[in-house]
Amino acid sequence: MNEKHTKPEKAVQIILILISVLFITVMLIFPLFSVIINALKKGFSFYLSALSTEYVLSALKVTLLATGITLLVNTFFGVIASFTLTKYHFRGKQILTTLIDIPFSISPVIAGLSYIMLFGSLGIAKPLLDRIGAFLGTDIQIVFALPGVVLATIFVTFPFVSREIIPVLNQQGSEEEEAAALMGAGFFTIFRKVTFPHMKWSMIYGMILCASRALGEFGAVSALSKTRGQTFTLPLEIDALYLSGTADSIVASFAVSSILVLISILILILRNLFEYRAKKG
Amino acid sequence: MFQKKANHLRRGTALILTLSLMFSLSGCGQSSSQKNTGNQVTITNVSYDPTRELYQAYNEAFTSYYKEKTGTDVEVVMSHGGSGGQARSVVEGADADVVTLALAHDITLVENAGLIESGWIDEFDKASSPYTSTIVFLVRKGNPKNIRNWDDLIKDGMDIITPDPKSSGGACWNFLAAWYYADEKFGGDEKQMKDFVAKLYDNVSVMDSGARGATTTFVENGQGDVLLAWENEALQSVKEHPDEYEIISPSISILAQPSVAIVDQNAEKDQVADVAKDYLEYLYTEDAQKIIGEYGYRPSDENILNSFSDKFDLDMKLCSIDDFGGWDKAYDTFFNDGAIFDEIYNQ
Amino acid sequence: MKSITSKKQPKNIIPAFGINLGITIAMLSALILIPLASILAYSLRLTPGDFFRTLSSEPVRFAFGTSILCSFIAAFINAVFGTIIAWVLVRYSFPGKRILDGLIELPFALPTAVAGITLSKMYSTTGFIGKIFDRYGIRISYTHIGLTIALIFIGIPFVVRAIEPVLEKYDPSYEEAACMLGAGKTETFFKVTLKELFPAILTGFGLAFARGIGEYGSVIFISGNSQKEHTQVISYMIMQKLNYLDYGQATAIALAMLIISFLLLLFINIVQIRQAKRKGA
Repeated sequence: MNEKHTKPEKAVQIILILISVLFITVMLIFPLFSVIINALKKGFSFYLSALSTEYVLSALKVTLLATGITLLVNTFFGVIASFTLTKYHFRGKQILTTLIDIPFSISPVIAGLSYIMLFGSLGIAKPLLDRIGAFLGTDIQIVFALPGVVLATIFVTFPFVSREIIPVLNQQGSEEEEAAALMGAGFFTIFRKVTFPHMKWSMIYGMILCASRALGEFGAVSALSKTRGQTFTLPLEIDALYLSGTADSIVASFAVSSILVLISILILILRNLFEYRAKKG
Repeated sequence: MFQKKANHLRRGTALILTLSLMFSLSGCGQSSSQKNTGNQVTITNVSYDPTRELYQAYNEAFTSYYKEKTGTDVEVVMSHGGSGGQARSVVEGADADVVTLALAHDITLVENAGLIESGWIDEFDKASSPYTSTIVFLVRKGNPKNIRNWDDLIKDGMDIITPDPKSSGGACWNFLAAWYYADEKFGGDEKQMKDFVAKLYDNVSVMDSGARGATTTFVENGQGDVLLAWENEALQSVKEHPDEYEIISPSISILAQPSVAIVDQNAEKDQVADVAKDYLEYLYTEDAQKIIGEYGYRPSDENILNSFSDKFDLDMKLCSIDDFGGWDKAYDTFFNDGAIFDEIYNQ
Repeated sequence: MKSITSKKQPKNIIPAFGINLGITIAMLSALILIPLASILAYSLRLTPGDFFRTLSSEPVRFAFGTSILCSFIAAFINAVFGTIIAWVLVRYSFPGKRILDGLIELPFALPTAVAGITLSKMYSTTGFIGKIFDRYGIRISYTHIGLTIALIFIGIPFVVRAIEPVLEKYDPSYEEAACMLGAGKTETFFKVTLKELFPAILTGFGLAFARGIGEYGSVIFISGNSQKEHTQVISYMIMQKLNYLDYGQATAIALAMLIISFLLLLFINIVQIRQAKRKGA
């Protein structure tokens, strides 16, 4: 950033880089290698065949579907909520902000169970659901079916986008928007012209976190997805393979894990590409 | 202004898209009402963790048998997990047509929710238990610590792996087997029995949340000298790694009777009650009993069980849950908060 | 689109307050609050006596202690290293930086169960890292240390990704000004930069902390779940109760957990909003 680097400065820089590399290596790269080594233990052709089973393909489809919808819903929510919480003045702001953060701290076990207690056989909303079902002439299943999987995924990643945007908008303050509003600009103009450029990067960060977390969510989904090949997501399939306990299936489970890692790396490459273009143009 | 409208539209579209997606997803649930289309039947079997391989093989056999018999294709959807949790999911609304769980008590839970008619235990032979299993010791090859029986487990320096009875129903059997041995040894002197079992649990180094986790700790992570394991799981570990492990059968252990039942309410709703009944009855046929034996469960058919005598130690003395006054009583006496397990473990 | 501002508050100049707040609250209620309320209602079925007996029983108390202590330590370590890593990733350029940056989300993409299994294997006395420590008599897997490592693993993305966007938007002119006024580099960092970054660090810390308290999947494999050595975590206690269909006790613990995390997050949000106000004023 600065043109001249003095010597002690350079030393600090090197030390900090070394610390970061070391920390990331021990905490993140080692486990990653461990997954990859285990995945390829039985050779590449076994790896491929482990990935192309019917169960894995079905799980991949469910995972991508759930992640896609989750990303849509949570980004929409995140943008609106963070705008509301940083640009307006109203009472109870802290409480609302904190309520949005709740899913972070809820044990995933409870997250899944909460939908079961709403829509399941013992659920409060079950009679209502049955009545709607009877009216439509169908049997509406939410938990232990795909909608439940999607809802649970939305739940655990709900605050991710807003959480990333809020600090940035807070730092920016709201004078620019207020000035624009005084000049007579409408909401969408203010949002598009003033706020969005500020929040863009943090929104993308948030979306990536949200997508990665949605891909890997296990606890909440496992509470309400029980049938392999139908409502299983990749993490559940990995778990099922691992718990089968045979040497083959354990290797297969690591092979499937590596897909999740690949997908999330893919998302990051996309982001970097996007970022590079944006900074260039 | 035009821009503004366009943005407005885009936003609206996103919202509508989201809502319609949610709705179409709810629609996916519909297919569940189409489980019996005449020549294609789908049934769901909710089972517990270690039966994955068994039912994979069994389902294949049953599917071809049923196709031959009736010309109908059956697809069996499996669900596995901890037995108690699986029973819970059926109570909470998972669409199970049959349940094949680790203990009769878990099926009673489903019965209490009104999903299974009472008297299910007499619906199939042998108290609806087509196969049984027991608790054995899995040790490292060559048995370096020379473990022969329960007495050896309480020696100093012994490192035992067994799951937590407070979180896994299956793990309770390990405790009860040890308790029963102590009962025989000390002739019912409760103080000595408690001391014995307390010493044993003192030697437990890792207490996993479930049987599978314990197996992983012992086999994959190489922890411990001995794993208290289900016989079928121990047999599988030995089959996978014949040069690394061997099985020791203690003189006394406990007979576990996994039970099966039709979830009447769901099966009738899905119009698959007949298939479900055939599915469970077929478990008792000679072909199925052989598959059961091959996958390490003890067949309930005496003759077939005897033909596997090289695999199972048939000389073990096995007690059953009835010796403890049934599951509910055993749970209250031993595993409830503040009961015997807490007492001896927290000493 | 009329604003429904409270009269005591300053009037909102930016338009569309009502509809934005409405969307935020509606989505929050439908997706998070109503399901949560429907499960927590179960804990109200316990008598107050039973409720407090559940929470004050020894295993539950110790589990709370373990969860909070280990999560705090893990979040603290993450805050320190996360700040360094974010700083390095934003401010310096060096070969391989993009790859390091891309690895940060790995803990999200890896299903928690896989992470737990992998970590417990790596750090057990036969694993390749655990072996080294075992030589010095330090056991990692199945102790508090292992538990904390698992929590560091799952928490690191929160901290790094909370700080990065703020740091990217952060204007180095303050630092330069401080420098020109004669402050040393180190002094500048601690007095100017760190102060500016503090809300973001605190956010990251809080999220990692809250997530740690609720974590289940990655922890159960590595913690050993020993009641005696107090390595049971609070999510595990909930699972214990659920496995015996004890909804009352399970939800009572969940409620207590929720209140603790809520207060924690509320505190962080208040600090953050205060900071924003000070800036805005």
